[in-house]
This record gives sequence, C-alpha cells and structure tokens, in this order.
Amino acid sequence: MPESSNSAIASTSSGPLEPVALVEMQGISKAYPGCLANDAIDISLQAGRVHALLGENGAGKSTLVKILYGLLASDSGSIRWQGKPVDIDSPATARELGIAMVFQHFSLFDSLSVLENIALGMDVDANDRLRQQIIDVSQRYGLPLDPERSVYSLSVGERQRIEIIRCLLQEPRLLIMDEPTSVLTPAEVSDLFDTLERLASEGLAILYISHKLEEIRRLCDEATILRAGRKVAEADPRAESARSLAALMMGSDVPPASIRGSVATGEVLLSLEGLSHVASDSHGISLHGLDLQVRAGEIVGIAGVAGNGQDELMQVLIGETRLQRADSLMVCGRAVGRLDPGERRRLGLCCVPEERLGHAAVPTLSLSDNAFLTAHHRKPMCNAGLVSHKLSREFAEQIIERFKVRCHGPGSLASSLSGGNLQKFIVGREILQSPKVLVVSQPTWGVDAGAANAIHEAIQALANEGAAVLIVSQDLDELMQASNRIGGLCAGRLSAFFPTLETTVQKVGLLMGGSHS
Amino acid sequence: MIALQRRADPSRLMGYLAPLLALGITLLAGLVLFAVLGVPVAAAFYAFFIEPVSTLYGLAELGVKAAPLIIIGVALSIGFRAQVWNIGAEGQLILGAITGAAVALVFYENDGWYVLPLMILASVLGGMAWAGIPALLKTRFNVNEILTSLMLTYVAALLLSWLVSGPMRDPDGFNFPESRLFHDAALLPRILQGTRLHAGTLVALGIVLAGWVLLSRTLLGFALKVNGAAPRAGAYAAFSQTRLIWIAMLMGGGCAGLAGLFEVAGPIGQLLPSISPGYGFTAIIVAFLGRLHPLGVLFAGLVMALTYLGGETAQITLNLPLAVTGVFQGLLLFFLLATDVLINYRVVFK
Repeated sequence: MPESSNSAIASTSSGPLEPVALVEMQGISKAYPGCLANDAIDISLQAGRVHALLGENGAGKSTLVKILYGLLASDSGSIRWQGKPVDIDSPATARELGIAMVFQHFSLFDSLSVLENIALGMDVDANDRLRQQIIDVSQRYGLPLDPERSVYSLSVGERQRIEIIRCLLQEPRLLIMDEPTSVLTPAEVSDLFDTLERLASEGLAILYISHKLEEIRRLCDEATILRAGRKVAEADPRAESARSLAALMMGSDVPPASIRGSVATGEVLLSLEGLSHVASDSHGISLHGLDLQVRAGEIVGIAGVAGNGQDELMQVLIGETRLQRADSLMVCGRAVGRLDPGERRRLGLCCVPEERLGHAAVPTLSLSDNAFLTAHHRKPMCNAGLVSHKLSREFAEQIIERFKVRCHGPGSLASSLSGGNLQKFIVGREILQSPKVLVVSQPTWGVDAGAANAIHEAIQALANEGAAVLIVSQDLDELMQASNRIGGLCAGRLSAFFPTLETTVQKVGLLMGGSHS
Repeated sequence: MIALQRRADPSRLMGYLAPLLALGITLLAGLVLFAVLGVPVAAAFYAFFIEPVSTLYGLAELGVKAAPLIIIGVALSIGFRAQVWNIGAEGQLILGAITGAAVALVFYENDGWYVLPLMILASVLGGMAWAGIPALLKTRFNVNEILTSLMLTYVAALLLSWLVSGPMRDPDGFNFPESRLFHDAALLPRILQGTRLHAGTLVALGIVLAGWVLLSRTLLGFALKVNGAAPRAGAYAAFSQTRLIWIAMLMGGGCAGLAGLFEVAGPIGQLLPSISPGYGFTAIIVAFLGRLHPLGVLFAGLVMALTYLGGETAQITLNLPLAVTGVFQGLLLFFLLATDVLINYRVVFK
C-alpha cells in the first residue's frame, strides 16, 4: 500500500494534465559539408500517439531520425527521454532505451534465412523459441513470413516484413518507421495500420515517415513538417487536406496529375503472347502464360503485391533472363524473347528496374558514366571505337537539365543523389533515348511528390509522342492516376485488363488478389 | 579525442594521397624497426633506399625488377576492378616461363628470328591456360577463384621443380636441376650496354599505356568496372559476367606468363627451380598501391622494385636478413589498407 501511494504522489508531482513526453528533441542541428541538414528542429513524441514526420527528399527527415536512433551525432541540441536528458551515441544505446527502427533500405544478409537474420539483428541464437516468436508476431500483426526462407529469394515487400518483425520482437517503447508502406498493397497497408493502431493503443509511440499524405491523414495523430532542414509547421493531419499538407511540405501548390481517359487504338508495340517462365529458384515465382498487348500512345498498369512475379517479369522484359520461346515477347513486331538487353534496347525496348542503386545505376560511378550505361546501345557514344566521355557527359547534362535533377553536375556519383533525384535521372535517361516501348517498375517508390509528378508527366509525354508504356507498380493510386488500362499480377498470372476510367480501386484490389471476375 | 567522421562523398584527393601517406608511414616504421634491431638508422636508410639507385646499373636493375611487377600489376588491377580475384599470378608466371622455355629448348641452337616471338606466344598461352582453369571452374561451377588460382600456384611450382630435375634438365649439367642456358636467339635484347635492362621493360610501358586506354576509353573497360561495382547493373546493361570473368582471368594469366618469360629469357637466361622472388604476389600489392590504375601501377611497381633491391643491398652491407624485403612489402600493404579509411572518413579532433 505505501508503495502505491508513493507512486501516486510521484505521478501527481509531475503533473497529470501534462504528461511527460516520451521523447523530446530540442534545437537539433546538423551540418553536412555544403548543407545544413537540420536547423534547430524541435519535436516531441508522446506514448500512444502516431506522429508523422513529413517532408520532401532532402528535407532532413532521415538526418533527424538517424540522430534519434544514434546513427549520427547532432552538432547541437539535446534529447530527453521521459524527461531525462540522454546521450544517444549509438543504435545500441537507442535500443536499450526502447527505440526500434524500420529502415527504408534494409540491412539483411541475402544468403541467410529469415530466422538467422532476425537472430543476428537481435544477437540471440536462431533456436526454436525464436522461430515460434517470429511465427506468433507475424500472425498477430498480419505479416506472413516463413522463418526458413532465404532472404535472397524474398521480394522487397517481404524483406520489409522481416525488419518490422525484428523490431516488434524487441518490444520497443518507440517505433520509427521510414516509408514503410511504399512497397505494400492497399490491403497490406490497411493491415499494417491496424497493427500500428493496436500498437499505439498499447502505449507505443510511433514516429512515422512517409510521403503518402492520405496515409498520414488516416493514421497519424500529429505531424511535424520539415522543409529544407527547417521545421515549417506542426499540424493535425486529420484537420488538414492532402493538398494543404502537400503545400506545407513543398512550399507551393501541387498540380494534380491529369487522368488519362481515352483508350489508344495505335499499333501494338509490345506484346506478351503466352509468355511463360519457370522460376530457376524454388522460392521464385513462375510466370504462367501471360498475354498482354500495349499499343502506341497507351500506358498500361500492372498492379500487384510484391512477390507475385514482378521481379521475374521485369527480368524477362529487360532480358536478364532469356525466354524459352523467342516469339512469346514481341517488340514492334520482332520476336525478342531470346535477345540480350542491349539488342532489345536497340530495337526500342527500354526498361527501368525497381532497384535504383546497384541495378538501374552504378552507385560508385558518375552520372555521366551512368548515362552511358544504357544509352550507348541507342545513341552514338563512341568515337572511332573508343568511348567518348564528352558525348556521355553531354547526354548526362541534357538529362539533368530536362528533368531538373538536383546534383553538382554530371561528375556527381550516383550514390550522392537523393532517391527522388536519382529516379528522375534514371527515368530521364531512358525517356531521352526515345524508346518505342518503355517498361517502368515502381517509378515513384520512395520519391517525393514533386519528383513523382515530374516523372509521371515525362512518362505521359512519352506516351503522347506515340510510345507504348507499361508500368509495374504496387502503388495503386499511382496506377489509377497514370494508366489508360489496368490489370493485376497475382501468383505469376495476369488478370484481365480494364480501362482505368471504368474501374475502381476496389475492383483492381480484387484483380491484384487473383480474382478474375 | 580522435574520431572518424564519414565523408559525404569519397575523397578523390585522399585516393591519391593515401598511398603516399602509407609510403611515408612504412618508411618511418621501417626506420624504427632498424633502430630496434640496433642498426644505424641513417646507414640503413641509405643502404635500403639510396644506394641501390645511385648508379646507372642500379637504376637499370630497378627497371628489371619493376617490369614484371608492372606487367602483372596492370593486368591484375583490371581484373580486380571487375572483382575477379586472380591471386595466382605467381603460378601463371611460372607456367609462362615453362612454356616459353620449352620453345627455347626445342629450337636450341636455331638462329631464326621467329624463336623469340614463338616463345612469347607460348608463354602468354601457357599463362592463360593456367588462369583458364580457375576461370572455367568459376564460370561453370561457381568455384571461388581466389582459392583455385592460389592453390594452382603451388602446383605450378612443383611442376617446374619436376621439369628442371627431369625432362628439361640440362643433359650436360652434372645433374643440377637447371635447364640449358638459352641460345642467343632465345634471349631478350638488352637495351642498355653494361646492364641487364632488357626489351621487356619497354613492353611493360606499352602495357601500362594499353591498360590505361582499355580502362578509360573502351566499352570492355567500362563493362569490367560496372560488373565489378554492381553486377546487376552489368546484367541490365547487357554485360555478360561469364565473358568478363574469362577476359579478366585470361588477361591476368597472359600477362603473368609474359612476365615469366621475360625473367627466364632476360636476366636469368635459363630455367631454374625458382625463377621469381614472388613477383606474382607482390604485383597484388602493386595493383592496390597503384589504386588499380595503370599509371599508378607504374609508380607502385617502381617502389616495390626498390624494396627488392634495398633488401639485397641491406643484406650485403648491413648483414640484415633478406626477409626485410618481405617485411617492408607487408608493412606497406598494411598501412595502405589503414590509410584507405581516409578516403571515406575524415579524422576529427574533439
């Protein structure tokens, strides 16, 4: 009894009407060579609340979060944890306090299993008890995952689930989520939100970083908005509209993307005719008799949850995996199924894969070299058999100018660009090669609203000039906005395709789920 | 307190400065080592670094030692850029020496102009064949080329030792495990009277130039860089990984074989049980010290050649063991790896 009265006194003294914030960051500043990433930012997070951190790429969100998680040291400012000043000098300290983080880019060992990866991250043994814990958490929070599968065989979406489960197993007090829904389907997002809401109601504080304004309005209780390293506003996302939030974030109004209506009747430029491919890996997805025609001037969207054959489809379209039958893939009337990526590019098929760094671009090479990477197949880039650095630099400059890529110039390394800027560069590189057929996977994954608009506009302009465009994406809103026709990819099979104007998000959701009605 | 802070971008300046810094620290560490051994430091420094190159003959010797290091170093650095880890250049060098010497012995006492070109061809093919084994195992069965190429080095050394004490032994050589001395037509022309500087040194310069053009101006060089840095981007750009592994391995093997021939047809003039003081391994350090850039390899090759010469002089004048050469080479690689941290990090004093 005396103990309980003691604690009651303690809680009264700290003021019941003004609960102590779980975390308070005050006057956080951090300078990088050449830029002030965080300029005196204040933010406070409460237990049981979902707090959104909103801002364009390069606004300073990542820096702030890295400081909170102990990955970076701030130049000035202080952090209080439950009212007490703390020095978070490493992620280990952060984890001891009860801070867990799901990163946008995952740190997983490809050759190890899900179980082993989680065990490594938590520094425990990969035993049956942990396996059972993983299964329990994954079932409880709607994150289906087989602990025995090797990570290399998992899609991006599935890999993210590992990270989330790894965090939840640590029973954190604060969960930081960096762009968590960019790879999830509407159904998965809704499940994840249920999970997050349940976690918040159990008293967990959640710091939620996202570009998706609708999501923030649905999920988050409060929001801090950053622009160019400064905190520009604190807002109640439920009281704001998506447009007003976007205006706060970008500092100007966002033009809405135009909805494409008319169905094209041009000639068929890209044709999948009974395209089948047996996965070489037991965890891969086989493609079964895909049929699809994309006409000149048309943008066709393929919606689907990660791990339903998107990776395999992209590899087959790019040419990294050859098909059994050459004529199951036709570009401008030519059978290309057995050609390599360069030969396909020469015939007019250009592709943008999902992974920007390491697949669509070489991180350690300059933008100029990265321009040369694919453009040398379609544009003159050599002089007397030798690579002309002048020509590739000029092409890179052209891309940077046309697509407003923010960088120091064509000599910048690809890895030094923010995600959105690099994506603009990559999409720009393919579009400026004037392809007859453009295939883009996840064109705006992790890209801020401004860059996403620019990319969509460029893709539409290309289609208007008579190219056939195929977009493979998990972002349904994006496909509904950008495509003429839309269908779903589920377990390696394509659904029927419908004109976007005559369909609804719910119907496409069904197509993504494999319903063929 | 001293702390390392990650740079926003890798420092290009440090990329060039790190090898120089490593050289400086190696020098200091070496002098400390001499002092601890009780050797007069100034004398040791002079014996090791100055005396060997204070005469024309010494400078020529520097070229003789540097040539194989540079030839192999250039080829290895091109392979390393593609993440093809050919560690067995020493074995490929031995094979090139064997096949080249075989041609020399077949055409013994033949004055034809074609003898030397044939030897060169044979040595390149011999080195390539030896490097082709790891390439085949890598591309067909995904066997790690580091292990296979390294292990084949010891096979090559044993093969050489068997050949010189058996089939290729000098019939008039009192059973010494050595081949005949090569005939004049099978020896490299000397390019400097009174020294051992041979035409292979010029070839080394040509290879530096060719490697430079290959890396910076050809599609093949670009493909090697891309596949080394991001293999998936290489596949996306239609660069065949299998093809590039073959090219990188064969290039390394061919150059190592050529270097081997230049040894037996140059300074040595016959086949001996041991024909290289580890040039094939030292060339790995040369490649990294030279920043995997042909021009850098040229300078790094000269520096490493000096450690060989210095070790020999120090042995003669100061009675230091020849192992000093190995110690210096090891220190240099060690400090280079350490100073390379400065490319991605800066040191801050708090």
